[in-house]
Amino acid sequence: MDLSYTEDQKAFRAEARDWLAQHVPAQPLKSFDTQEGFLQHREWEATLNEGRWGMVTWPEELGGRACDLIEWLIFEEEYYRVRAPLRVNQNGIFLLGPTLMEYGTEEQKARILPKMASGEEVWAQGWSEPNAGSDMAAIRSTAVLDGDHYVINGQKTWSTRAVWADWAFCMFRTDPDSQRHRGLTFILVPLDSPGITVRPIPQLDGLPGFAEIFFDNVKVHVSNRLGDEGAGWSVAMATAGFERGLMLRSPARFQETARRLVDLYKENRASADNDPAVKEAVLRAYMEAESYCLSTYQTACRLTQGGKIGAESSTNKIFWSELDQNMHATAMNILGARAELLPHAPDASGVGRWLDGWLFSQSGPIYAGTNEIQRNIIAERMLGMPR
Amino acid sequence: MDFTFSEDQLLFRESVRDFLLNEVTPEKIRASWEMEDGRDPALWQQIAEMGLSGITVPEEYGGLGMNELDFVLLAQECGYVALPEPLVHTALVAVPMLKELGGDLAAQWLPKIATGEAKVVVGLEQNLLVEDAHTADLLILQKGTDLFIVTPDQVTLRHNESIDPSRKLYAVEIDAAVEPFATGEQAGALASAALNRGALGCAAQALGLAQRMIDITVEYTGERQQFGKPIGSFQAVKHAMANIAVRLEYAKAPVHKAAYAISQGQSVAVINVSHAKLMACEAAKLAAKNTIQAHGAMGYTWEVDLHIFMKKAWALANTWGDTGFHKARVADYIFSDDAQLGAGTTF
Repeated sequence: MDLSYTEDQKAFRAEARDWLAQHVPAQPLKSFDTQEGFLQHREWEATLNEGRWGMVTWPEELGGRACDLIEWLIFEEEYYRVRAPLRVNQNGIFLLGPTLMEYGTEEQKARILPKMASGEEVWAQGWSEPNAGSDMAAIRSTAVLDGDHYVINGQKTWSTRAVWADWAFCMFRTDPDSQRHRGLTFILVPLDSPGITVRPIPQLDGLPGFAEIFFDNVKVHVSNRLGDEGAGWSVAMATAGFERGLMLRSPARFQETARRLVDLYKENRASADNDPAVKEAVLRAYMEAESYCLSTYQTACRLTQGGKIGAESSTNKIFWSELDQNMHATAMNILGARAELLPHAPDASGVGRWLDGWLFSQSGPIYAGTNEIQRNIIAERMLGMPR
Repeated sequence: MDFTFSEDQLLFRESVRDFLLNEVTPEKIRASWEMEDGRDPALWQQIAEMGLSGITVPEEYGGLGMNELDFVLLAQECGYVALPEPLVHTALVAVPMLKELGGDLAAQWLPKIATGEAKVVVGLEQNLLVEDAHTADLLILQKGTDLFIVTPDQVTLRHNESIDPSRKLYAVEIDAAVEPFATGEQAGALASAALNRGALGCAAQALGLAQRMIDITVEYTGERQQFGKPIGSFQAVKHAMANIAVRLEYAKAPVHKAAYAISQGQSVAVINVSHAKLMACEAAKLAAKNTIQAHGAMGYTWEVDLHIFMKKAWALANTWGDTGFHKARVADYIFSDDAQLGAGTTF
């Protein structure tokens, strides 16, 4: 065990810090759930990609730096330290990207990954259906092979960013006689295909952050199938593994929230201490964010030495989503009567971006597999309790 | 950056784990409760022969010359079996204290600790009572700002019974004629280092205790049937167990970081230790709460082994600095103006 950074790692941090200092927009971008904000964020992705900071873990020929997980954690720390823009293409780069590298053909990788990395093509996810949420194996939307095309019919929902995105990675039932997780196929769909209707769904903040996608005899070329026909479930599980695991929510984000929470508490200490639970909650925020960081480094070191991530990745999802919710709940309590005010309200002094964060934190325990599903996975696969 | 244990450290852990699982069964712990002093000299001799009593004793004094980081996984295993013998105390508190004292004291006592001939215990102001004072051959005691080093003939012991029958706790009165060995700053620094090591020992054992309570309960709820099914198949039971697993998972790395920081003499060890102890003991207390519930009325009995581990978890949470002490230490740090917080400040 040696918990110090190597000279190379220190140099990498310095390089990232330097580049970010020069390139991160001085003014926060508008929400990527608005047309204007989406375009700003897409442009930011292009800037990142030009600096080869878009996907540092990707191979160099795809515009990455072939970084290991420790360097990736370092980059994330620098990224969140300066509050750089959120990643508008996160479903693509963090979820589909790694899956494509594992399951995609050479043609697919060459066609899809560079445009994903540059932000030229932004990706949405199309898995959930009105009657297939936590029970994802209940998917009913169909894809029927007709010559060199699939003909797709049905409906997807809760597709994040689908209002603005260019593509969606979806799961359809290709075998009409199949049950449950057999007979599903992973298909990549251009969202401008004839027969597609995207209906925005306003989120808690009123913005169309996700959408329903309706498919009416949509033709998709067979070259957009990822993995074999009928193998969609195992391809999807690989994606879900990445999603639950390290990539989606690195510790830096939560450590920065904890740091800002400490500052908020110190700025408002006199009133905050009227509620004796607040100080304890701030203390807990710091300790849990640190725990998440330490634990992630420990896992990352294990993985870089050839270990595999197992069912314990489900503990990760529960831990950070509840931490995020608790930290923002504490900030709301510190802000008191100001907490409900939108940031541009005339008397909303000192509210920062806490309200946005509070709203978003409500979704953490729900998306990427609800925390109830994660608890089932932990109990059954990690602890070995009976089904 | 390498946050993993070495092959050697992991292998040593395996062999100690096997040894402890064989030798320190719940039956033997219950038998020790019936013994006069609650300690088993034969077991201590075995522990010494494995090199464990002298694991942190320098090689020149017949020990294995290992450090806090080498020992932390073994301390977890001691927790897993709820070892009554004072191995964690010896390896993490008494031996390092003697090493720091050095000189004749170290030369006289460390070899005897390594062979298992002698036991040395430490009692601080922060400890209400002294653990295992009754079988100690030498006692190092903080009284106010003074540090005393005394033999059993210089003290009077008053036994205090704990709800955990494995814990042997004593109020120790030192004869009036005895002069302090060290005073003031030197005594304070020694005591403070000992407190951190004692707290690390509690944290590491708490990890093992929590895991043991999970394992016992997974087995029990897999067998116990109600409504025609094992009760472990019900989500209400599963989720309560999963909640322990989550808290336990995120308490491990802080404990390992604290052990590393102590072994490297980093000043941040003080904060790391309190953080680790709070996280680990909270996980163990949650384990106790949720596993007794999963056992139903059986969990409330003396007969079921769960309480061996549960009671130790309760006790460790408030010894070697109670929760208030450790929370205050972390809070004082994070609310201070020179605190290093946020992304990129952890290592």
